[in-house]
Amino acid sequence: MFKNSMRSMRSMRLLQSLGALVALLLGGWSLPALAALHVFASVPEWGALAREVGGERVNVFVATTAMQDPHRIEAKPSLIARARGSQLVLATGADLEIGWLPLVLRESGNGAIQPGQPGYLEATSVLRLLEVPTRLDRADGDVHPGGNPHVQLDPRNILKVADALGERLIRLDPAGEAVYKARLADFTARWKAAMQRWEKEAAPLRGVGVWVQHRSFIYLDEWLGIRELGALEPKPGVEPGSAHLAGLLERQKASPGRMILRPAYASPKSSDWMGEKAGIPVVVLPFTVGGSPEAKDLFGLFDDSLRRLLAALK
Amino acid sequence: MKHLHLGALCAALAGVWPTFALGAPAEAADSSLKQLREQVRELRESYEQRIQALEKRLAEAEGRATQAQAVARQADVRVEAVAQSVARVETRPAAPVVGAKSGEGAFNPAISLILDSKFTRFQRDPSQYRIDGFIPSGGEVGPPKKGFSLGESELAISANVDHLFRADARFALAEDDGAGVVEVEEASIQTLALPEGLKLKAGRFLSGIGYLNQQHPHEWDFADAPLVYKAFLGPRLQNDGAQLRWVAPTPFFLEFGTEVASGESYPGAERGKNGAGLWTAFVHTGGDVGESGAWQAGLSHVHANPRERQFEDNGLTNAFSGRSQLWVADFVYKWAPQGNSRDTSFKLQGEYFQRREKGDLTHDLEGAALTSASRFRQSGGYLQAVYQFMPRWRVGVRGDWLNAGTVDLGSLSSAELPILGAYSPRRQSAMLDWSPSEFSRVRLQLSRDKSRADEADNQVWLQYIMSLGAHGAHKF
Repeated sequence: MFKNSMRSMRSMRLLQSLGALVALLLGGWSLPALAALHVFASVPEWGALAREVGGERVNVFVATTAMQDPHRIEAKPSLIARARGSQLVLATGADLEIGWLPLVLRESGNGAIQPGQPGYLEATSVLRLLEVPTRLDRADGDVHPGGNPHVQLDPRNILKVADALGERLIRLDPAGEAVYKARLADFTARWKAAMQRWEKEAAPLRGVGVWVQHRSFIYLDEWLGIRELGALEPKPGVEPGSAHLAGLLERQKASPGRMILRPAYASPKSSDWMGEKAGIPVVVLPFTVGGSPEAKDLFGLFDDSLRRLLAALK
Repeated sequence: MKHLHLGALCAALAGVWPTFALGAPAEAADSSLKQLREQVRELRESYEQRIQALEKRLAEAEGRATQAQAVARQADVRVEAVAQSVARVETRPAAPVVGAKSGEGAFNPAISLILDSKFTRFQRDPSQYRIDGFIPSGGEVGPPKKGFSLGESELAISANVDHLFRADARFALAEDDGAGVVEVEEASIQTLALPEGLKLKAGRFLSGIGYLNQQHPHEWDFADAPLVYKAFLGPRLQNDGAQLRWVAPTPFFLEFGTEVASGESYPGAERGKNGAGLWTAFVHTGGDVGESGAWQAGLSHVHANPRERQFEDNGLTNAFSGRSQLWVADFVYKWAPQGNSRDTSFKLQGEYFQRREKGDLTHDLEGAALTSASRFRQSGGYLQAVYQFMPRWRVGVRGDWLNAGTVDLGSLSSAELPILGAYSPRRQSAMLDWSPSEFSRVRLQLSRDKSRADEADNQVWLQYIMSLGAHGAHKF
């Protein structure tokens, strides 16, 4: 820390300007040196995963909450300040954070967390994405060229990201290798056991037809064999109109869905309307950690999601 | 074919047998008859054996054929599965459409084009626009022409140059008196990997002072710039120079910056000298208020020493030489329920400018050239609020004011410089905009502009802004 502030003092002296003077004064007043590795997670699920794998050795900051639409985040000053002090940025990728994260990273002035550096990890870099568009046209709505980025609701994806995160933590903090390895092994074992339980519990959901608000649940559907009949949004990111919803009601008569799925952050208006007209329950899924009181961590996220889905079947 | 052969054979045998039986004379010898019967029996047995053998072979052949068919079907299924998994593998890469490119085009930079067009209705002639009480800033500060007008189309290109640098270029394509002009709005590089939170930018760039100065016109919440920007920065500070910024390692946002620039445009003037003609310093800080609110505030300073900064007034050319100092205080507060701006959001934004200029003012540079000591202490500001009342729809109001403040013209008077007569311009605006997606916006704006002394201009603006291609993140 002392060496760092010496280096900053030297370069600052070159400036000989007002800003530099104040900078010098503030250089001594930086955060105390903490042993923990500072992890900046773009969304709550990766923050929760970093806590599972990193434990006490990491200090996790989560940039967004479950109540925020992950597509509409702003490059807030507080995020730039947090990115400045981070050693690892764990993001989803596949353009989910394109509206804010690239700017936050550039504005932070932190060279270690720029894309391409060891301090930057995208979850989707180790996953197989679904719904990769074969044509790119903004007339199709808010499409993600890399595929659907809402990967966190397939627990198999969580395992893969956990592995990649473990490797990356060891690379950035070699002294903690034993801790990370042990925590990762422990998490993997607990997660696999939970997955077996979830798959057993979720058996009644196989083949069940559902409507969705936004195409946020395709990984969950693929994992559990839930049949997605269609989305309330006519195009990704476009609010449903009444004509479109009326069309869906007609389709509901022909091939009835059992429920409507909506993430916690989405507006209840259209799904509630459709649920009432079609006489089927609207299931508000936490979507990520913190999306419901029960979804306190990754295990809670899946426990609560399944509980809500199964309750709607009854 | 084998079936037919066997059938014919059986029929022939069946026909032969009774013929033999009926055709034999009754009185023929018993032995010869017996012999004949024996022969026929043997014949029949041997044929039956052969038929059975043939049938057996046929059945075997048929079995093999169905087996072959089944194998063929299985092979088909396998081929299909392989094709499917190949297709899946082919569609698998993280960014197959964009990222799978190779060759010369693979590293094309991000390109975006912004189209902006206006339809306006003004009471006063926009070509006679001036801000009374203030030395004209000389930039493009007036409203567009009446009726339909094509605003500036912005072409922006950006990419990482390598692991150390990123470059941004932005060109404004506009029309000036019927001739197409291309202006270089920005052409700058910035560092990506300086240590300790330092960032260096060089080239032509929008200065980091204030809040609105760094925003491009398509990001504005109103169709035109605030009066203070028009009067003091004409209408924004664009530097040819270098900028150094430093983000402090504090838990809240704190950033310091300084710039040195040629200072050849307002508030500076053409110099033809070595070194820098303008410098700035600024600090910005910000943070969150709970999970719903976020704020940013800043203080900036611009210092320039213009020599013979010319301006036109009453048909004569005048000039100012001296020292120009500008202070800007800015703040912005944004609110959205639980930080989710999908349905409703609110934004309050304001800036206050104060400028002091001291030096020699020359009246009628090319004629009488009367010079006098002069001193100005002028200020102004704007305050605006924008409320998103439902998804895609926003309303906003803005108040603009300028204070003529202290104008000491020494031995000159406002009889010689009518534009510097004591006058404090005001303007009020209201707007409604609709953004069907984040790439398009249509806006209606009403303004009452009293930039000109005793001449109110009631304005109606209808504007669209469309964004094509790559569209990077906007600043807070």
